[in-house]
Amino acid sequence: MSTEEEIDVHGDVSIEELDLAAELPGSGRTATPEIAEYATRLGDDALILSQQLGWWISRAPELEEDLALGNIALDLLGHARAFLNFAGTASGRDEDEMAFMRDEPEFLNCWLVEQPGQDYGPMLARQLYFSAYQVQLYTALEHSADESLAAIGAKARREVTYHLDHSIMWTLRLAGGTEESRRRLIVALDDMWPYVDELFEDDDLTNSLDGVAVRPSSLREGFDATLAAVFAEAELELPTAKPAATGGRQGRHSTPFGYILAEMQWLARRHPGAKW
Amino acid sequence: MSTPGEMGTEDWPLWEVFIRANRGLSHVHVGSLHAPDAEMALRNARDLYTRRNEGISIWVVEATAVTTSDPDRKGEFFESPAGKNYRHAIYYTRAEGVKHL
Repeated sequence: MSTEEEIDVHGDVSIEELDLAAELPGSGRTATPEIAEYATRLGDDALILSQQLGWWISRAPELEEDLALGNIALDLLGHARAFLNFAGTASGRDEDEMAFMRDEPEFLNCWLVEQPGQDYGPMLARQLYFSAYQVQLYTALEHSADESLAAIGAKARREVTYHLDHSIMWTLRLAGGTEESRRRLIVALDDMWPYVDELFEDDDLTNSLDGVAVRPSSLREGFDATLAAVFAEAELELPTAKPAATGGRQGRHSTPFGYILAEMQWLARRHPGAKW
Repeated sequence: MSTPGEMGTEDWPLWEVFIRANRGLSHVHVGSLHAPDAEMALRNARDLYTRRNEGISIWVVEATAVTTSDPDRKGEFFESPAGKNYRHAIYYTRAEGVKHL
C-alpha cells in the first residue's frame, strides 16, 4: 500500500492531548470475584440512574436544567463505566458486555434507581436520596483497601457532591414555592422513601469485604444528618413510610426494571459489537 | 421564597455570566443564561460555561442590572476622540533634561 493510500480521508485527527486514562480511574487491575460483585452493585446503581436521567434530555422545563440533568447523567455514566470495567475483569467481560449483555437477574442495582421519575417531583426525590447516599458512599470508598475502588471513589466524590447540591437547591425551591409545588414534592418524597433502607443493608458480601467494601449500614448516620438538615430548612417532615420489600442486590427487581433494561439494551443486542 | 413560573406566564430572568480563567486575570463576559434566582444562575453557569476547565471563578449579574450604551448612538458616543491627539502621551515632546520618561 502506498503512502498516499494510507492517508485518512478524515484528516489528521488527534486526541493525544486528552488524558483518556482519566476517564476510567482505577483501571488496569483485575478484580477478585467478590470485589467484582461489589463493584457491579455500585456500577449498576450508577448505570441505571444515568439511564433514567437520560429520559429527561429535551424534556426538562428549561434548557439550563436540561443541561444540568444531562451533566449529572453523564457523571453517573462515568462512574458506571469505571466500576463495570473493573468488575468485568474478573470474568473477562468489557464494560459494554457488562452493561448490555447481562439479563435482569444479573443486575445488582438497588430498587430506588429503578423507580419511575418522569415527573419533576419523583425525579428530584429519587435524586436527593440517592445523591445524599452517594456522597457518604464515595467519601468512605476513597479509603478502600482496594486501590481501584479507592481511585473511583476519589474521583466520583466531588461529582456527587455537586449532584447533591443541585437536588437540595430544587428541594428548597419546590418546598418553598407554590402550594402545588410543595404538595407534589411531599408526595414524591414519601413515595420514594420506602426504597431508601435497601441502600444501607449489610449482607454476607459487604461483611466479608471488610475494609474493601464500604459497610452500607455505616453510611446511614451521615445520610440521615444530611436529610434532616435539608428537611428542616425546607420545613418538611421526614417521611415515615415503611421500607419496601426489595432484593436488588440479589438480582430481584421491581416491575419497571424490565422496561428500563429493554430500552437500554435493545440496540446493542440487535447489533452486537457495533461501533459508531 | 417564590417560584418563578407559579403564574404560568413569566419566564426565568436572564443573567449575564462572567468567568475568570486564572488567578490574576479579570473576569470576562462569556454569555448569558436563564435561571430562577442568583444561586441557580451560578450553578447553571457552572454547567454551561465551565465544562472544560474554563474558569476558577464565576460572577453572575441579572441582565436588567446592566446599563448598556446605545449601539445606535455609537457615533457620537465613541468617535469624538478622533482628532484629539493631545489625549495621547505620544503627542508631547519630552522636555530636555527630564529623566525617567
